[in-house]
Amino acid sequence: MKIKSQRDFWSGLLFVVVGVAFACGSLVHYSFGSSARPGPGYFPFGLGVLLALLGAAVLFKALTIESEGGQPIGAVAWRPLLIVVAAIVVFGFALPRLGLAITLPLLIIISSMASDEFSWRDAILSSVVLTLGSWAIFVWGLSLVIPVWPTFIGT
Amino acid sequence: MDLLNNLMLGFQTALTLQNLLYAFGGAVLGTLIGVLPGLGPVATIAMLLPSIYALDATPALIMLAGIYYGAQYGGSTTAILINVPGESSSVVTAIDGYQMARQGRAGAALAAAGLGSFFAGCVGTIIIAAFAPPLTELAFKFGPAEYFSLMVLGLIGAVVLASGSLLKAIGMIVLGLLLGQINTDVISGTPRFSFDIPELTDGINFVVIAMGIFGFGEIIANLGQPAEHREVFTKSVKGLWPTRQDFREAWPAVLRGTALGSVLGVLPGGGALLASFAAYTLEKKVAKDQSRFGKGAIQGVAGPESANNAGAQTSFIPMLTLGIPPNAVMALMVGAMTIKGIQPGPQVMTSNPELFWGLIASMWIGNLMLVILNLPLIGIWIKLLTVPYRFLFPAIVVFCCIGTYTLNNNNFDVFMTAAFAVVGYVFYKLSCEPAPLLLGFILGPMMEENLRRALLLSRGDWSTFMTRPLSAGLLIAAALMVVIVMLPSIKNKREEAFQEE
Repeated sequence: MKIKSQRDFWSGLLFVVVGVAFACGSLVHYSFGSSARPGPGYFPFGLGVLLALLGAAVLFKALTIESEGGQPIGAVAWRPLLIVVAAIVVFGFALPRLGLAITLPLLIIISSMASDEFSWRDAILSSVVLTLGSWAIFVWGLSLVIPVWPTFIGT
Repeated sequence: MDLLNNLMLGFQTALTLQNLLYAFGGAVLGTLIGVLPGLGPVATIAMLLPSIYALDATPALIMLAGIYYGAQYGGSTTAILINVPGESSSVVTAIDGYQMARQGRAGAALAAAGLGSFFAGCVGTIIIAAFAPPLTELAFKFGPAEYFSLMVLGLIGAVVLASGSLLKAIGMIVLGLLLGQINTDVISGTPRFSFDIPELTDGINFVVIAMGIFGFGEIIANLGQPAEHREVFTKSVKGLWPTRQDFREAWPAVLRGTALGSVLGVLPGGGALLASFAAYTLEKKVAKDQSRFGKGAIQGVAGPESANNAGAQTSFIPMLTLGIPPNAVMALMVGAMTIKGIQPGPQVMTSNPELFWGLIASMWIGNLMLVILNLPLIGIWIKLLTVPYRFLFPAIVVFCCIGTYTLNNNNFDVFMTAAFAVVGYVFYKLSCEPAPLLLGFILGPMMEENLRRALLLSRGDWSTFMTRPLSAGLLIAAALMVVIVMLPSIKNKREEAFQEE
């Protein structure tokens, strides 16, 4: 059997896996109850089964119905994907420890590297403008509680 | 006259200095993100949600609403001047608007779009004011079974009218509903699918999902594409005033677009995007000389632009009266109300009349501001178009990151957002549309509660959904929608329409 639409094939598979996982999870861990007295597992079980069925239908279509050019998924943009996600994770780790003043330039420089047009001059320019701007909007303007300086400096 | 009294109250609320400032802020911000391609109202409103903790409910909602309809104005500027839709709802505006710009008639196109939008915005506001109260009356007759059926209709309608592959879109809804199940069960108090992570027992914050998928997911997708080459007609924008001939051709299109947009906005899944597509098709059908379309017909700009603004306005009706969001932006507005401690639904009009009528009145004021912002001050926005994406996207990253952190002053939400950024990119690659997922996620807990309550009331009898006439009607309407879309002739037309995107 040949896959006629790559995108639909993988989406269908995704739906089936997630649907089955939720359906099994709700049966094993939570009480199903009865229709008259539905338990916490009642609704998610039904939804999980429904999603798995929909996924199966998408899979079936992907394997039987011809699509234009096979709808390939195409190249994955690994560089922006990994760099942007890494930048967010670094931000999450650093903000409570290093404060806004260090974390934001770090975030901006790392995420700027995701672009093909990266240059140090532009990244540093963005860091200065955006860090000052964010401080002005969030800390000074909206007075949100965000650590500004590293914890080891103390206030 | 109740309506007049209510509107008076609304204008009193909207005309306070604070609310005027926030309406203006929303309009400016909306125009800004409308002008900038690659940043839409969904991501922007999600970014701003954390900051509304510091505001009162009324100014907060006035600002968020301003962003949505402001984006409809701004989006047309980009479409006309650089042939890139600044907003998905201006896709069709680009077809004829850009051609007009190439013929040196950019000013006339911008004016037709701006004035058409203003007219449509005014009509849309009046429609909300007139139709919201009776709909609210109706909503009070709804029991849990009716609410459940209404949500089914809303979710089905959302995908039938507004997405590519129907099967996948319904799958995305169910996936969204399932993600909404990660919480603590309201009735029994059991934490579900939380893997013993305490942060997950409160459920995933919808801002995390919206920012991860719409904000970061789109950034990654944009960066993965080669840099675009833009041709900007910045110098040719002069003579904003359209000629007499332009006026004569444009005004019937504005009227038709407004009427069509107002109707389509109320439907589930409606709103700006659908309205503009439908209006363009209509203009092409009724025109005497169809060959001018695609070569700079002013009707092709005036019609869709009026329609998308009318649709943006009237899509507030189901959100304000029933608490049911017809599209992703309204879903975020529902979330914003919840953040401010207002339970969305028919009771908002009586429990928070200042909010309800103030919001409506502010829409009219906001539209007036937008005409001024977008026509005489067009030069400023044109300058913005020259800002390269390499400066733009780090700014979006920063705002999203700070936004997620300040949700709970907790970096758990930041890590969840990173995970959803990956999920968002996967959806993009598999051409699964994320908007239905967000709708499902927002409605999930409400749907479950109403389903279980309806079943408790009927002692476990599922036929309650079909024996209660209102509920049955709603479910039949949902089924009909699916059946109609499956009909071969409509199916082909529908696929054609989505391929034009």
